[in-house]
Amino acid sequence: MSTKRIYLDHNATTPLHPEVKKEMCKAMDVFGNPSSLHSFGREARKMIESAREKVASFIGAETDEITFVASGSEANNTVLSIITCPSAHCLCGQTAHKNIVTSTIEHPCIMETSACLAQKGLEVNYVGVDKYGKIDMKALENKINEQTGIVSVMMANNEIGTLQDIGSISRLAHKKGAMFHTDAVQAVGKVSINVKKLDVDFLTISGHKLYGPKGIGALYIRKGTPFCPLIRGGHQEQGRRAGTENTIGIAGLAKAIEMRAREMSKEEKRLLKFKEMLKNGIVDKIPDIQFNGHPIESLASTLNVSFDGAEGESILLYLDLEGIAVSTGSACASGSLDPSHVLLACGLSAEKAHGSIRISTGRETKEEDIERVIDILPRVIKKIRKMSSAYREK
Amino acid sequence: MDKNIDWVYSEKLKDHFTHPRNVLEDEEAYEHDGKGLVGNIKCGDQMIVVIKVDKKKGIIKDIKWKTYGCASAIASTSVLSEMVKGMKLEDAYKLSPKDLAEKLGGLPEHKIHCSVLGDKALRAAIDDYYTRNNMSDKVTKEKARIICQCMNVTDHEIEDAVLDGARTYIELQEHTKLGTVCGQCKEEAEKLLGEYIKKHFAK
Repeated sequence: MSTKRIYLDHNATTPLHPEVKKEMCKAMDVFGNPSSLHSFGREARKMIESAREKVASFIGAETDEITFVASGSEANNTVLSIITCPSAHCLCGQTAHKNIVTSTIEHPCIMETSACLAQKGLEVNYVGVDKYGKIDMKALENKINEQTGIVSVMMANNEIGTLQDIGSISRLAHKKGAMFHTDAVQAVGKVSINVKKLDVDFLTISGHKLYGPKGIGALYIRKGTPFCPLIRGGHQEQGRRAGTENTIGIAGLAKAIEMRAREMSKEEKRLLKFKEMLKNGIVDKIPDIQFNGHPIESLASTLNVSFDGAEGESILLYLDLEGIAVSTGSACASGSLDPSHVLLACGLSAEKAHGSIRISTGRETKEEDIERVIDILPRVIKKIRKMSSAYREK
Repeated sequence: MDKNIDWVYSEKLKDHFTHPRNVLEDEEAYEHDGKGLVGNIKCGDQMIVVIKVDKKKGIIKDIKWKTYGCASAIASTSVLSEMVKGMKLEDAYKLSPKDLAEKLGGLPEHKIHCSVLGDKALRAAIDDYYTRNNMSDKVTKEKARIICQCMNVTDHEIEDAVLDGARTYIELQEHTKLGTVCGQCKEEAEKLLGEYIKKHFAK
């Protein structure tokens, strides 16, 4: 008998919403190239433009401020690449800038792109976070200077769920004359977002983090903001992203967003309750633990916890054998030797970071799933600690 | 679980991970003849190995262990404990990470470094036994040799870098900072790089 599998890794990716699946199946029959003038093309064009409207209205943007891309990573790479355009004739006009500012807890697609830009001679200033993963605003103010072209700070952290005060950060960047980008892939569809209120210049959305398909994302580009495409060679997406549009993916993303608009606020209450259940269950049944991330200003769906003397990959794999899927900040799961850069940035010791798991719930999570985790996790931790050379009962 | 979904590592590794053999349950009560503690929690794995020795025959009578680490680290210590019971000290001394990986039905390359501690911990336990029993002459002191004089990088560090995934000279430099000043050690470092890759990863 196979037990029911429980998916608690929604920050990694989400299952397709059934309505999204239906919409995508319909979109598969719309095969025309949106750039073609004939009826087949016009049909596809209509589909993606209506999708664009849905995405735009969800975040309070104008329709032509949305550019479809292939992933959140592409959107983030695109934004950072604007700053490096060396041509004085380029439309982006960003050649004067020599500096970017970002945080120490960004997704690797920002971290590694920044490191690559640094190798090319750009100055990259990293701003740190406190123990809850909140941006140090004083440090941020000091790190932005007149050379700064862009500031990029994620809205919600994928590992610990901590939410940043994006409006304040954005205003600070603008006060110093820099553009502001936020990687919002973990926040869109979980918290309500209005780009005008937040005053951001760029915002990254990813389809598969909000019950849409993989391989599709969107980038909000505020009207009038300098821009330089990463992928060239076509007029698609107002010349901002060459390549024939992923019509099926775009239709799926828009449907996913439409469903989020309907479901997210009700869902948040439910997930918040689950998070409390999990926290209480873990505290009651397991000694020597620590929760990571901000206790209040964080995603309802995300709980990150460290267990003394138990290594993350072992915890993940024992849970997996019980059919429960979570993720870990341990290096051992990733193949490198360094544990999560996010947890280290929050000041956790390498040991605590190695011993962490992330439980991220979602729309299909049920109360009984949470109960099962609270039942099984203590046994798993006990078993691991019993054979651990690094655990002593306190 | 669905039987059609392969587990991440081999079935043999899974067996040792889920049913670890010879775990040291009561550290205080176990009277051992030698103890080895290696690794570092900071790096994600640490192991204690304790042995009982049949002093007349010079064989390992019993072995227990405790491991903090990932599935590969736990399983490799468990499989090691099965392999060496009844083994001559000299033979046990020569076990390599590759022997453990083979017994586990193979390990992915990035997991080899998780299994290198088992044999090290065992050697440390045997060394401890030798030292306690006036046989210090048998302790093989693996003296590290400095290869890069500028950055003070030893052959042991090069070996560790290979176990951690370095395959090219540039990767070796990223791991160790070796050869980043005068660069005179390049030839020797590249030679060692090749040797260690062969030693640990040759198929």
